[in-house]
Amino acid sequence: MALSTDQPDIGTRTTAQRTNSSGSGRGGPSFLMAVPALAFFAAFALIPLGGVVVLSFMEWDGLSSPQWAGLAKWEQTLADPVTRHAMWLTFVFTAVSYVFQAPVALLLGVFMAGRQRYRAFLSVLYFLPLVFSAAAVGITFQSLLDPNFGLSRAFNSEFLGQNWLGDPDLALFVVVFVVAWCFVPLHSLLYQAGVRQIPESLYEAATIDGAGRLARFVNITLPQLRYTIITSSTLMLVGSLTYFDLIFVLTGGGPGGATRILPLDMYLTGFRSYDMGQASAIAVILVAVGLALGLALNRLSGASKMESQQAGL
Amino acid sequence: MRYQRPNVVGGLAGWLWLLVIIVPIYYIVVTSLRPQADYYDENPLSIPGNPTLDAYQLVLENEFVRYLTNSVLVTVAAVAVILAVSLMASYYVVRSTSRLAKRTLELILLGIAIPLQATIIPVYYLIVQIGLYDTLWALILPSIAFGIPISVLIITNFVRDIPGELFESMRVDGASEWRILPTLVLPLSRPALMTVGIYQALQVWNGFLFPLVLTQSAGVRVLPLSLWSYQGEFSTNVPAVLAAVTLSVLPILAAYVVGRRQLVSGLTAGFGK
Repeated sequence: MALSTDQPDIGTRTTAQRTNSSGSGRGGPSFLMAVPALAFFAAFALIPLGGVVVLSFMEWDGLSSPQWAGLAKWEQTLADPVTRHAMWLTFVFTAVSYVFQAPVALLLGVFMAGRQRYRAFLSVLYFLPLVFSAAAVGITFQSLLDPNFGLSRAFNSEFLGQNWLGDPDLALFVVVFVVAWCFVPLHSLLYQAGVRQIPESLYEAATIDGAGRLARFVNITLPQLRYTIITSSTLMLVGSLTYFDLIFVLTGGGPGGATRILPLDMYLTGFRSYDMGQASAIAVILVAVGLALGLALNRLSGASKMESQQAGL
Repeated sequence: MRYQRPNVVGGLAGWLWLLVIIVPIYYIVVTSLRPQADYYDENPLSIPGNPTLDAYQLVLENEFVRYLTNSVLVTVAAVAVILAVSLMASYYVVRSTSRLAKRTLELILLGIAIPLQATIIPVYYLIVQIGLYDTLWALILPSIAFGIPISVLIITNFVRDIPGELFESMRVDGASEWRILPTLVLPLSRPALMTVGIYQALQVWNGFLFPLVLTQSAGVRVLPLSLWSYQGEFSTNVPAVLAAVTLSVLPILAAYVVGRRQLVSGLTAGFGK
């Protein structure tokens, strides 16, 4: 780990390399070393990415051979009320999830970064959801929220006894909550690591100047965490496009399409209704939204972010 | 000390969230120990009156070990290949002076922004075409591909930190790049490899979409999908379903207990600061 600290600036090193690259055959390792990784990546990510665009212009049931369909699938997709509803839901779901998860994760992370023993102990427990598969979480909450035999019976409460997953008005919020249960721990870990990197001297100076806890949080912690906030937000927003498995197990998109967000709409259209063409068009929309979100947030965080030396820990 | 007075609001929120995390986990464990008949009568959060391992026995008798084996095979194979190819690629993109290296890195990092399930239909087509549908290979190959971008990101950040002089001195001694890789790059990147290995193992182990779409028969079923099928099979036996959930979490929980520090620092390092 000592290697990651006290490093020469990366910028100077690459410039130095570039200047002597013109010479001899000692240009470093050969391209062959990257070939296996590139081959896997091309075969199962890049080519499929192109393939999904092509397939969105095809009529294909998943079994026979795909037939050219021109713009028909796109017209069908954009006119489909189910898909349009799924787009709206995806937007609502992403927004509500973010508004719920981000502050909870941030506050928990800041809290966990404290030095007290019991907080270290809590951190161990907070982490547990990360080892659960989405299928395990989905099944557990389905059982826990059962209106007859679940939590409601433990407390004999009418509030808890609502048909959480069966009521179209409630199901989306239940999904948001369960997703938070799974993902808040990861994001609080990021924030915990971020807070621990803030120099102690900043807080000491502020305390001497008479700043209270809230003032220190607003004036030191938040600004110092800006890169963590951007990283975590990127993961949350782009990630909300991929909460497929959890929702699939928890509600299957129901009741009545109330939790059918785009990835689910794609799966159900393709693998249940056997319309791979329309499903591919939905997939293209997903990729476009994902890339747009990713790029926008990356722009915010500064283009050089990926080259950061900080990531070594 | 950073905080002189106790942080009451933070403390309360912290304990409240702990409750949110713990109640479902506690519920899984106590319910899995409840006799099926008592499930409908006892308070769901009470300690079972007559605890029993019947549910576990039922699950273990229903092919659980086979699903576990499948999950282990897929995870070990995928993670081993991810580590090998990502390390080689990282060494290349960091140390090569050719312009191609920078392009290669950009191309691979693009993969981080591609939502995995958006490519599932062509991947399904491809897997069917090459005759691997309903085999464990159908799970291993795409898992490798989707593990590469984040792995390369983490490992390159480590390899970059290896002082250039070390490479120079090995070159002066006449070592070839294929010699430098195992003797210098591999040992010095071990923390990154551990981190990537654990993180990817978690991803592959818990993967659901690839098994759902690319396999069909019980013979190649992996753990997450098996939970789903147990749920259908034992629909009236909730303790058995939750026993299956518990059993599916135990192996990775054991790994977590052993490698907690590495995993936590890895997860936080992996996504930058």
